[in-house]
Amino acid sequence: MSTLSTHPSGTNYLNHTRGIMSWIFTLDHKRIGMMYLCSVLLSFFVGGMLAVLIRLQLWSPEASLFTQDQYNQIFTLHGAIMVFLVIIPSIPAALGNFVLPIMLGAKDVAFPRLNLFSYHLWVVGALVFLLALVTGGLDTGWTFYTPYSTDTDSAMGGVIPALTAAFILGFSSIFTGMNFIVTIHRLRPPGMTWFRMPLFLWAIYATAIIQVLATPVLGITLMLLAVERAFGIGIFDPSLGGDPVLYQHFFWFYSHPAVYIMILPAMGIISELISIHSHKHIFGYKFIAFSSIAIAIFGFLVWGHHMFTSGQSSLMNVIFSFITFSVSIPSAIKVFNWLATMYKGSISLNTPMLYALSFIFIFSIGGLTGLHLGTLATDIHLHDTYFVVAHFHYVMMGSALLAMIGGMHHWWPKMTGKMYSEFWGRIGCGLVFLGFNLTFFPQFMLGSQGMPRRYAQYDDYLPETVQLFEFYHQLSTIGSLVMAAGFFLTAGYLLHSIFFGVRAPANPWGGRSLEWQCASPPPHDNFAETPTVGDCYDFSVLEWDEKEQGYTWREDVPRPGEEGTG
Amino acid sequence: MSHSHEQHGHGDHPEHLGHHWDNLQQQFEAGKLGMWLFLATEVLLFGGLFVAYAVWRGNNPELYAYGSEYLDVTMGAVNTVILILSSLTMAMAVTYAQLNRQKALLVCLILTFLGACGFMLIKFFEYSDKIQEGILPGAAFYDPPPNLEASNYWNPDLPIIDRHTLLALRIEAAEREREGRPAQIDRPRFGEVSSVAPAAVGPAGFDPDAVRARHVRGEKSKVHPLQDPNRPVNAHMFFNIYFMMTGLHGIHVLVGMIVIGWLIYRAALGHFGSDYFTPVDLGGLYWHIVDLIWIFLFPLFYLI
Ligand code: HEM
Ligand SMILES: [Cu+2]
Repeated sequence: MSTLSTHPSGTNYLNHTRGIMSWIFTLDHKRIGMMYLCSVLLSFFVGGMLAVLIRLQLWSPEASLFTQDQYNQIFTLHGAIMVFLVIIPSIPAALGNFVLPIMLGAKDVAFPRLNLFSYHLWVVGALVFLLALVTGGLDTGWTFYTPYSTDTDSAMGGVIPALTAAFILGFSSIFTGMNFIVTIHRLRPPGMTWFRMPLFLWAIYATAIIQVLATPVLGITLMLLAVERAFGIGIFDPSLGGDPVLYQHFFWFYSHPAVYIMILPAMGIISELISIHSHKHIFGYKFIAFSSIAIAIFGFLVWGHHMFTSGQSSLMNVIFSFITFSVSIPSAIKVFNWLATMYKGSISLNTPMLYALSFIFIFSIGGLTGLHLGTLATDIHLHDTYFVVAHFHYVMMGSALLAMIGGMHHWWPKMTGKMYSEFWGRIGCGLVFLGFNLTFFPQFMLGSQGMPRRYAQYDDYLPETVQLFEFYHQLSTIGSLVMAAGFFLTAGYLLHSIFFGVRAPANPWGGRSLEWQCASPPPHDNFAETPTVGDCYDFSVLEWDEKEQGYTWREDVPRPGEEGTG
Repeated sequence: MSHSHEQHGHGDHPEHLGHHWDNLQQQFEAGKLGMWLFLATEVLLFGGLFVAYAVWRGNNPELYAYGSEYLDVTMGAVNTVILILSSLTMAMAVTYAQLNRQKALLVCLILTFLGACGFMLIKFFEYSDKIQEGILPGAAFYDPPPNLEASNYWNPDLPIIDRHTLLALRIEAAEREREGRPAQIDRPRFGEVSSVAPAAVGPAGFDPDAVRARHVRGEKSKVHPLQDPNRPVNAHMFFNIYFMMTGLHGIHVLVGMIVIGWLIYRAALGHFGSDYFTPVDLGGLYWHIVDLIWIFLFPLFYLI
């Protein structure tokens, strides 16, 4: 039975049932993935607009557009939306949901109902979040630090709804993670041993472990904080014997691993993109796979590096600093393996590959500046300055989010069945890349010169300092506009492709994992028969087919399972 | 289940088999793995609270010695026994489902449900006692109890302490220590030494030896904490964590009751048998973890 069955006229997952209800209550992982994708992109738009407002405010040293209170609310909303609604669900829940079961040759994830439930939880979480806006707003920063967030006088009325929303979103994320772990354990096809899984699956697996193990701790922390705020029971309130630093410990025990929830799946995407678009076997498969697991484990042991200045004991500081350095080793292993994969490959500079290259460049800067921050002496100076802002935007936005956009381009033909314009794709990626660096690189300078983060104005310094800050801030604001242009362009040609794009072949890039062996877009059940798989990075079995405008299996090579050897 | 059926053509699928599984065994194993993962998240959810317990107890051991005096060990012990028995009946229910003994299955599930009801009933009495007496978490602890007038409970000579007074007391204690002046009373002598500024500076001091002696004699404090000259500063903190942990556990028992109720309903309809008992098995696992958590809570709050 051939698995390479394109359904030229047949039905696919997009059209096999119709009506809005067939989407909202679907159990199909592909539709759930697409709904996540749309929701995440919508949130990204909202969060992005808020970011532009922040940048416009900082164009001049005085508080020109917004009052300080308004500014506090804007950056809080921006941060909370981007973290909880965008980056955490973006790759696992949106792309992962779509791709993971197909990569496994399965018909669905292990628990389709739970999958739908976690999407519905996401929606409820987002709505409760909106409630925070109408119940008085939120200005605590995305970190909800105590005692500010529990102080009824200064913090605003939206704290409890926002906490509830983050709690709900947390459970949405936990259920996704559970689902993926079980799916990977129980639904791998014949021939796919652990070390034959596409690396994206390893990354999603490591991510899912963090989601399952870290998120409950955030859940209980937010719950304690909500109770504290509602009833004033004094858990984190020093005037009642509580301990505000304990809150920070709890929060970062989740939130540091959470940064790996963001970056690990991104690294998984990059492993796929680099190998497929270089048409070369991935280098150091096992190293990449194990480094994902190593990052997941080490990621749990470094949370204290956010609290070097919070009065942690110096012994703890030293230990946390040391372990922080060791996390960068598995990250670096991955970077070197990607570079080695590209070496002597035949690289196609497609849009997804351009995003992958941007990722490597940006992540290297983001990761290395993490070491400046993990160094005790320098962090005292850099903590709570724009240097930290630049660092985490390099890793969260420049790395995690751009990887997600790259992955979206990579799987776009599969998801929609249409090809986008490669020309505009490259231009869009270029604009985003330039805009990104122009926005955030100056922020390293700002931070090292002492510009604090979360300030609505910066006119209260020596005149030459103000001038310096203003210069960098203006560069940054210009960069953000360039980046916004890039994203609007991207949205434009992607939308255009849905309606006017060329029909996509099953395998436009020459990938070998199973999703490239089913039709674009896939039929409702993905595969009629569970396919048997071989080495998913051995591209020698594929050849370009001019008629298909895509890659097909070479006639002279038997498929795995057909002649015994894989 | 019906949903997944219309979507594939195989007629040979057993009734309870989702369309993406090869066989019932595979489906069962996946369900079980999923449940264990969920239990891991539950353990971590409570884990945060257990860590908080450990941190606060490490910092303020005297509060825990003092506060646990006010809990009713008998009620706690009875509840422990009830939960352990209900775990037994739950485990028996799983076995009977596997053996296809419908009636025994139903009886065991109902017994488990009754156990859960009993637990919640006793918990209700415990909580309402505390609320009546005004033994509450946080600042509310320092409000005069509601039955103040009636029972002449309140000792007007003791100051009503609000959070700001408390803060002032704490600062004073810390200053005393820094200046080398003797603290009003000794640090607690419970083996551990408090790592924060002396906590045991109650309005009239705190005598850990007296508390310990009472412990040994098995006597229960009769006076309300607000009337008690031996009350340590921040005595409310014990009740913060007590109400948080037992409250969250109580919510889990309530969820367990819903789950068991649903199992009873389906068992009565004869849904389960030797070829399909996954829900009973998974519900049982959940019930055991709820149990297990209580088995930790009981000694941590009532006994030590
Ligand atoms: C590669 C190794 C990395 C190291 C050594 C590192 C180190 C650090 C350190 C020491 C801080 C604390 C700075 C301070 O507040 O003074 C920090 C902050 C931060 N990092 Fe990283 N980091 C790394 C990777 C990442 C990644 C991959 C992400 C996200 C995808 C990330 C996201 C963040 C965020 C969000 C913050 C600031 C949170 C806040 O205060 O609001 N980091 N990082
Ligand atoms: Cu961190």
